[in-house]
Amino acid sequence: MNLIPQILFAIVLAGGVGYFAMNIKKLIRNIKLGKQIDRNDQPSERWKHMTRIALGQQKMVVRPIAGLLHIIVYVGFIIINIEVLEIVIDGLFGTHRIFAFMGGLYDVLIGSFEILAFLVLVSVILFWTRRNVIRLQRFIKPEMKGWPKNDANIILYFEVVLMMLFLTMNGADLQLQQLGADHYVQAGAFPVSQYLLPLFEGLSESTLIIIERAAWWLHIIGILIFLNYLYFSKHLHILLAFPNTWYANLNPKGQFNNLESVTKEVQLMMDPNADPFAAPEAGDDEGEPEKFGASDVLDLNRVQLLNAYTCTECGRCTSECPANQTGKKLSPRKIMMDTRDRLEEVGKNIDANKGEFKEDGKQLLDDYISREELWACTSCNACVEACPVSIDPLSIIMDMRRYLVMEQSAAPAELNNMMSNIENNGAPWPFNQMDRLNWKDE
Amino acid sequence: MSEAIKVPTMAEMMAAGKSPEVLFWVGCAGSFDDRAKKITKAFVRILNKAGVEFAVLGAEESCTGDPAKRAGNEFLFQMQAMTNIEVMNAYEIKKVVTACPHCFNTLKNEYPSLGGDYEVVHHTQFLKSLLEDGRLTIEGGKFKGKRITFHDPCYLGRANNVYEAPRDLIKKLDAELVEMKNCRKKGLCCGAGGAQMFKEPEKGNKDVNIERTEQALETKPDIVAAGCPFCNTMLTDGVKGKEKEDEIEVLDVAELIANAQDL
Repeated sequence: MNLIPQILFAIVLAGGVGYFAMNIKKLIRNIKLGKQIDRNDQPSERWKHMTRIALGQQKMVVRPIAGLLHIIVYVGFIIINIEVLEIVIDGLFGTHRIFAFMGGLYDVLIGSFEILAFLVLVSVILFWTRRNVIRLQRFIKPEMKGWPKNDANIILYFEVVLMMLFLTMNGADLQLQQLGADHYVQAGAFPVSQYLLPLFEGLSESTLIIIERAAWWLHIIGILIFLNYLYFSKHLHILLAFPNTWYANLNPKGQFNNLESVTKEVQLMMDPNADPFAAPEAGDDEGEPEKFGASDVLDLNRVQLLNAYTCTECGRCTSECPANQTGKKLSPRKIMMDTRDRLEEVGKNIDANKGEFKEDGKQLLDDYISREELWACTSCNACVEACPVSIDPLSIIMDMRRYLVMEQSAAPAELNNMMSNIENNGAPWPFNQMDRLNWKDE
Repeated sequence: MSEAIKVPTMAEMMAAGKSPEVLFWVGCAGSFDDRAKKITKAFVRILNKAGVEFAVLGAEESCTGDPAKRAGNEFLFQMQAMTNIEVMNAYEIKKVVTACPHCFNTLKNEYPSLGGDYEVVHHTQFLKSLLEDGRLTIEGGKFKGKRITFHDPCYLGRANNVYEAPRDLIKKLDAELVEMKNCRKKGLCCGAGGAQMFKEPEKGNKDVNIERTEQALETKPDIVAAGCPFCNTMLTDGVKGKEKEDEIEVLDVAELIANAQDL
């Protein structure tokens, strides 16, 4: 018995899964660079939210065409994984179509995989057309130039190739079954690949076996490459959509968090008994005073960083953004892409410096996200509402504004006027607080 | 504008040993902005008519801190919040109604963790409850058959999921409620939120309020209804910019109801 293919398969499989696991570890480490945030409350609500939004694709269908196509590819992806399980078992144990013993059920399974594979092919071609021929607005925004555009197309090409290999493999298998070739058990229904048979007409058994084996190997190797491609791609959403929706913000969207560090200081300021000149108590080592707001990714919280890795750059947020719609620079999608790019940069810096981040003179603010973008936001929550996987670009914008205002006093002049009015007379305009009830008699 | 409006303050109420059913949080726009003051008065006239025992804080009210918080000034926000909370807690306030979605959102969502826990409702929700309790009747009056489109304020709609109360009130006017292409969850911002009201917009090719006004005009409305003093200003400016101010009125839901009954 020839064990070489099995050993080879085991090595390829271990290599593919191992490299992926290594990158996932890195991804988790990078996310943990962010600040802790408690999002473990209301577990049952969270399960429901995840089931509805990620598993149930509830928000995808808000846009029916993209939603339907996406559901086909998504269901195809999940279901076809059962086939991958069979391929892995066959590969490791030198069997062929190990699940064939299921008989009628196996026919149904293989048949439905084939139909799904065909539908996935059609959907992916339509997706490609939307991006490259119809050129939908949201796919050709400035932040989509270069790698993001290529990334999106590479993913589609991957899927086309994988589905074609799958169907070729089945077609060759069917032809071999019909020829009564050794090792090729009569099993499965082939509603799609049967139409490929004319292509195999007249080929010798050995040629067919080469075709079948080549397709089989390329298919599984392709899947492993695709798996490892995820970490470098926006396609990570297929995994991260689940934790991301689980850790979503469940509060009303208008509720912005109250900074606790500020609360402490304000309470102290308003406490008539507090001594502003008191020396810190012995042993009261508070360390460095906490930084207000965010100027870099390390100031953001873990959910915000998870958000950045989850974003698949669909651009629904940006297309709903009132600032973007009216030609302003702000694009919520770009906020997420910038956050991820900077986080990756920080991660690589840490890798290169033996686990320590070495100051690189760069930060998320200004080097990635400009002030003009931040100040264009109306905080309307349209981007948050639009996201199909519960990403919250607004919270990053707000944290960065906080840094600009509280650490740098760098608000636009008109906003400084507004704030000094509030401070002096309790209204954003220069009216006397004592006149607040004048309207009654006007 | 038949009789003078009655607007008791909390201080007066307390001096008389009474506690009101609800505190009317007027807000800065409602107190000082000429256009918004009309909304405030319209709402008060309805409250008077319905016999609601309410009070205002008057000179003891101060900005909720919303625009400071959205601009990024958490310090100023929390100072405003704690000052207001001290005042409201001293008066043992239980329920607050406000005609400004920004005040509404801040009081309802951001005050509790700072010690200010009240039942907070938007004036459209409050008016709807008055209607349901039979304390208020709404007649179509001069709005009968008029085409009215409602602009969802972000801080009422998306931010707090209140979509139906204002619409239910408009429907009671026997008016024809027409929806813009972006409504409810997908409602487009008027351009004022996030402290934009107080600054010039960033460079772009259009102002947000013009975009929204165009969406409103597409519905061929007689009236654009709003539920927020800032949206009201932005849309009024937008309608003027389109030179349609002679044909189309921008009115708050409270004004619609008050005007319908000639209050």
